[in-house]
Amino acid sequence: MTLPATGSTSPARAHRNRWARSGRWSGWLWVVPALAMYVVFVVRPLTLTVQYSLYHWNGIGVARWAGLDNYLTVFTDSDLLKIIGNAFVLIVFFSFIPVGVGLLVASLVRRMATGLFGTAVRTILFLPQVIPLVAAGIAWSWLLSSSGVVNQALRAVGLGGLARPWLGDFDTALPSVGMIGAWVSLGLCTILLITGIGKIDPSLYEAARMDGAGPVREFLAVTLPGLRREIGVCLTVTVIAALASFDIVYISTSGGPGYQTTVPGLEIYRLAFAQRQVGLASALAIVLMALVLLCVLPIQRLTREEKG
Amino acid sequence: MRRYARKLHAGRPALALAPLMAAALAITACSAPGADPVTEDDGDTEVSTELGSDPITLEMYAETGFPLAKALADEFSNQYPNVTFNVREDQFTVIVENAPRVLAGDNAPDIIRLPTMIDLVSDGLLKNLDPYFDAYGWDSFPASQLEQLRIADDGTRGSGSLYGMGLGYSVTGVFYNKELAEQVGMTEPPATIAEFEELLAAAKDAGIQPIMQFNQDTAGINFPHQALQNQYGDPQEIADWIFQKEGATFDTPAALKATQTIEKWAQAGYFPADANAIDYTAMMGQFQEGNGLFMFNGDWESGNLDTNMAGEVGFFLFPGETADASHVAMSAPNTFGVGAKAKNPDAAAFFLNWVHTNEKAREISVQVGGSSPGGPADLEVPTAAEGTVLAQTLAASGQLAEENGAVDFTANATGSIFASAITPEMQKLIVGEQTPEGYVQAVQAQYEEELSR
Repeated sequence: MTLPATGSTSPARAHRNRWARSGRWSGWLWVVPALAMYVVFVVRPLTLTVQYSLYHWNGIGVARWAGLDNYLTVFTDSDLLKIIGNAFVLIVFFSFIPVGVGLLVASLVRRMATGLFGTAVRTILFLPQVIPLVAAGIAWSWLLSSSGVVNQALRAVGLGGLARPWLGDFDTALPSVGMIGAWVSLGLCTILLITGIGKIDPSLYEAARMDGAGPVREFLAVTLPGLRREIGVCLTVTVIAALASFDIVYISTSGGPGYQTTVPGLEIYRLAFAQRQVGLASALAIVLMALVLLCVLPIQRLTREEKG
Repeated sequence: MRRYARKLHAGRPALALAPLMAAALAITACSAPGADPVTEDDGDTEVSTELGSDPITLEMYAETGFPLAKALADEFSNQYPNVTFNVREDQFTVIVENAPRVLAGDNAPDIIRLPTMIDLVSDGLLKNLDPYFDAYGWDSFPASQLEQLRIADDGTRGSGSLYGMGLGYSVTGVFYNKELAEQVGMTEPPATIAEFEELLAAAKDAGIQPIMQFNQDTAGINFPHQALQNQYGDPQEIADWIFQKEGATFDTPAALKATQTIEKWAQAGYFPADANAIDYTAMMGQFQEGNGLFMFNGDWESGNLDTNMAGEVGFFLFPGETADASHVAMSAPNTFGVGAKAKNPDAAAFFLNWVHTNEKAREISVQVGGSSPGGPADLEVPTAAEGTVLAQTLAASGQLAEENGAVDFTANATGSIFASAITPEMQKLIVGEQTPEGYVQAVQAQYEEELSR
């Protein structure tokens, strides 16, 4: 790295050195815009949130030092614990159901995924992903209302006893919100998994069949291992969507009835803007971030493809 | 060596970020968040009651869905062409969330629909209107009219300096569907709570939805709840609680009895089975379709109901336990204040005075707002066409003033008691997930938490 002290350097080498030096320098120059954005829009809000979480503050007036009080509240307040629990229930709906059903659908349409039919299937499955979540929330709250299509259908087939205001009922509200989320995530997961199956070497399937494997064995031995990365992506994206959910819940139930469908994202917003407990909201936000990392990092590790 | 260094960075992004994080911490962590303590506006400033003829643009922040503010602004611009209004409208819940930041911003509104006042005043965001009170002689208004808009130095409401004025003073009670009332044999409004309950039972028996009430995003069943609470105990107790007086509690025998009654009504099926899934708009739609005998609501819907159900709706103040009990009803000004950072506070106050005293403005308050226009006691209240609900709610408003029975909404006790306790707990109560005792305790516990901040 150091230049020779003697003057015996050839002009060519000096030139290369200067070039290398300026190259190194200009490399950083290229990074600066992105870095600045990152610092301003990610690092700074993050550190501010950590800072706010250590205060009792209403967002405008004088802040009072709180130490870890707010975190203590997050971990001891029964309502807040229930709210965090709701997010984990949603993981089942937002992640496991779409990935499970997606795997099923993907392996079923594997052979017919080409041509017009395949394109149509893909388009239909992907459609929920294109619709804004707010629109999906509104549409589903109509469908699930007491006089909505779902209940009409139940009554039409003689199951009127099951009809209920799905989103307003204490027992069905959270699962109903979950189903909306499952409907939204299903398309993305299925498309990713279909694409993933397309990349699996067909000779593996041939080999499996020659060894006498049935569809189930084929799925377990070839499809599932081959889709490891895609499943990882699906789980990562949907688990984050479940834990950080806001739009669907806000639109379809506003967190009610009671706290039945309140999720951390909604509660953070409420605490900060309606109840003006910015400190507590920040603490909950930091806890939520930690939970997301705790859930997502193991998924990343488990589904990473080993390098031969 | 250089390659090694590069590898180190590539492998450990966290290490590379460490100096950034340190820098960010250094930038942000030096001082506590929030403003410096505000200088109190003690109301000693010089004010003018002249509007002048220079062009003025008044920034107004009002509630969407309630056309009164805009109608008054338009008429004001008609009479004073040098004044134009820049009206921004939001839903009330959005105003609740936005008001502090909007008022703290550089472009603070001159006239703003107030959610609750105590926090805004303690943060120094509202203008003290005492100088205007003196300059315009608002002492000619009945004192009780502005009581709810006063805040004392200790942060309690109900006395002290004036921080707001009403664009109309609304009253709540019970609307009823005349045709359905006839079906259950109701010839005149019930005179006691017991009579009211008999009508509920009769409606239920006749297969009519007794009460159409929303309870989704903001608990509408708090209307009948407080109507009962008002009658079961001393309304002053409720007012003290709302005004955050020392030692006031929600955990009273009256509130408990009201909650037990609501539970009983819910179990008897007097509320819609899916009340927790019905929002305000849906309730209005259902009631106007003739689904529901009674609806607890306020006079702001009078004009609307006169248009959509002309001649088919009646209104009465909720009765007491005995026929001679005086009426108590939730009644609150449609509160507007002046931002502490307002650019034209004098013009804003001129407008608020005009709303109360100008003949045309008072008429608009009644016709568009459906409410009593307030103002000096000796000014006549504009009349409404006979046989309309509007005429009935105006009469009720006058009666309430005579009986001195106006009490603010419990929902206004703190900035978020509604969202954080009343709404979720009421939703639980009516489906049996919460007991009446648990309800009053939960509301009080949340109240105390919000006071201690």
